[in-house]
Amino acid sequence: MDTTFTSIFKTYSWEEITQKIYSTTPEQVKQSLHKSQRNIIDFLYLLSPTAKPMLEEMAQLSHQITTRRFGKNIQLYAPLYLSNECQNICTYCGFSMDNKLPRRTLTPSEIDIEAKALKAMGFQHALLVTGESNHTVGTPYFLQAVEQLTSLFSQISIEVQPLDYEDYLALHEAKVNAVMVYQETYHQEVYKTYHPKGKKSNFQYRLETPDRIGRAGMHKIGLGVLLGLEDWRVDSFFTALHIDYLQKNYWRTKYSVSFPRLRPATGTVEPNFLMRDDDLLQLICAYRIWNPDLELSLSTREHPLFRDHIIPLGVTAMSAGSKTNPGGYVIAPESLEQFEISDERSPAEIASLIAKKGYQPVWKDWQMEY
Amino acid sequence: MTPLIIADRTFQSRFFIGTGKFGSPQIMKDALVASKSELVTVALKRVDQEAEEDDILSYIDQNQMQLLPNTSGARTAKEAVLAAQLAREAMQTNWIKLEIHPDPKYLMPDPIETLLACEELAKLGFIVLPYIHADPVLCKRLEDAGTAAVMPLGSPIGSNQGLKTLDFLSIIIEQSRVPVIVDAGIGTPSDACKAMEIGADAVLINTAIAVSNNPAAIAQAFSTAIEAGRLAYEIGINSTEAKAAGSSPLTEFLTQPY
Repeated sequence: MDTTFTSIFKTYSWEEITQKIYSTTPEQVKQSLHKSQRNIIDFLYLLSPTAKPMLEEMAQLSHQITTRRFGKNIQLYAPLYLSNECQNICTYCGFSMDNKLPRRTLTPSEIDIEAKALKAMGFQHALLVTGESNHTVGTPYFLQAVEQLTSLFSQISIEVQPLDYEDYLALHEAKVNAVMVYQETYHQEVYKTYHPKGKKSNFQYRLETPDRIGRAGMHKIGLGVLLGLEDWRVDSFFTALHIDYLQKNYWRTKYSVSFPRLRPATGTVEPNFLMRDDDLLQLICAYRIWNPDLELSLSTREHPLFRDHIIPLGVTAMSAGSKTNPGGYVIAPESLEQFEISDERSPAEIASLIAKKGYQPVWKDWQMEY
Repeated sequence: MTPLIIADRTFQSRFFIGTGKFGSPQIMKDALVASKSELVTVALKRVDQEAEEDDILSYIDQNQMQLLPNTSGARTAKEAVLAAQLAREAMQTNWIKLEIHPDPKYLMPDPIETLLACEELAKLGFIVLPYIHADPVLCKRLEDAGTAAVMPLGSPIGSNQGLKTLDFLSIIIEQSRVPVIVDAGIGTPSDACKAMEIGADAVLINTAIAVSNNPAAIAQAFSTAIEAGRLAYEIGINSTEAKAAGSSPLTEFLTQPY
C-alpha cells in the first residue's frame, strides 16, 4: 500500500504546533523573510502573531514574488452549484442535513441552462459544487455533468464529496482539471463535533483524499480549511504541511489554496476564532512567501474593499458573480444559498476592476485536451 | 547582421518574444511593437477563439510577426501532439514550440516526452522548436528526430536568473546543426547580449518584459542588447586573458645579440 499523509500527520501534535507558533521570536521572522529558499518552518514563523508588525514588508515581498511567478494576471472562475442534497451534518453549513430547506439536484437540462448563463457572463473556467449524497449525486452524475460541459467550458474543476481513487481516475480521464477538497479543520479531536453525522465524520478518509486525487494524476488539487472554526494559524500550518507532502509525492500536480473565512453574521454560526482582515492578508502573504508556485484563490465571501486591495498582493484567482445555490443563476434564483456572498458585483465589474489595477483578467487559461 | 533562417523562414530580428503575464493585451502589443521582434509565441490554452476583443491574437500584427503556438500545459507527448494539431487549426501555422513540463514547480521540461513528441510532430510535417534543458546530447537526438531548432534554457522559466547553463549552452552551440535559441531565465539585457556573444542564434524573452514597470521600453533595451551581442559575435571577440600579457615575453632574449 502506498504511504499517505496520515503517516506524516500523526508525527505532529496540535499543541506542539500551537506552542511553536506562539513562541516565535522577531529574529526568526526576520530570518525567514530574508532567506532565498524557505521551508515549512519559515511559513510557521511568518503566520505567527510575532510577524504581524512586519506585515507591510511581507505584503511587498508577496507582491514581488507573485508578479515574477504569475505576472500581472488574475484568473476568473465561477462556481456552478449542481446539488444541495446532503447526508452530512456539518454544524456550520447551510446545506447541513438537519437544516430544513428544499433540496434540489439539477437535471441535465437544468445544468445546461445554468452553464449557458455562466458562459454568457464570460466564464470559461467553471467549478462544479455539490453536497454529499452518494446514491443520487455520485461519480456517474459527475461524469454525466462533466461530459455535458466540456464543449462549453475550457476548464472544469469539482468541489464535491471525497471519492475513491477509481472515481478520481475516471474524472481525470473525463478531463476534470482540478479537485477542491477542504479538510475544514486538522484538529482531529474537535473535527468530530463539527461533523457528528454522515460519511464526512470520518476524519482520516478525508485527510487521505488528496493522496487519492494525486495518485489518479489530477492536474490540480485545491486545499484549505474553514478559517475561524479553530485557530486559523495552526490549521493553516497543517494545510501547508499537507501541501508540502503532496508536492513531493505527486510532483506533476499543481496545488491551490482557498480561504473560506467564517464571518459573524445573523443566522449563521459564530466563528470560534475570529480572523480579521489583517490576519487574512498575513496568511495570504505567508503562503506566497513560503511557496512561490501556489495558486491562491479568493471567493466572493470576502468584502469588495478587501478583494479590491488584495489583487496585487498574492492571489492568482478570483470568483465573481457567484451564486451558491443550485439553480442560482437562472432556474431558482430565490432559493437559499449555502453561504452569504459579500461581493455581489458582476463578473464584468470585477474584470474591469482588475484591469484598472493594471492586471489582466484571464478568462481562459486551459485547453480541455490536456 | 546576417539574417536568421529557421526552416523556410528568414528573420531579420533575433529577438523572439512571449505573450504571457502582461498586465493587459494593449501593454503586450506595445511591447511587441517596440521589440521589433518577428516571432511571437502564444500558448494555445490562452487562445479563445470565441471571444472577440479580448482574444490575444487580435493584438498581434501577423504581417509583422510569425506566430509560434506553444503547448504549455501538456504533460505528455500524446497531449502535446494533440495540442499541436489544435494549434495548427487555431493559428493557421505548422510551427510549434514544443513545451512539455510536467513539473509545475520549476517547469522543467521532460526530455523523454519531448523527444517522443518531436519525432512524431516532425513526421506529421510540423516545424518543431522544442523547449529543453541545456543538454547537448538531447540536442543531437532532437536533430536526428527532425527538429527545426533547439531551445535550451538559461535558467528556470520566469526566474530572471540569467545564463546559469552558460557552459552547456556553449557546447550545444558548438555542436549544433540547427539554430540554437536560448529560452527561459534571461532577466536582463546583459544576459541576452551574453547569449548572443557566445553564438546563440536567437533568444526568447517573456517574463523580464511582461512584469517590467515599462514593458515597451525594456523590450527596446533588450532589442538593442541582442543586436549588440550578435554584431560582436559576427565580428569575432578577442579571447580574454587571465592576466595582462607582459611586454617583455619570455623568449625576448632570443633577439638579444651576444
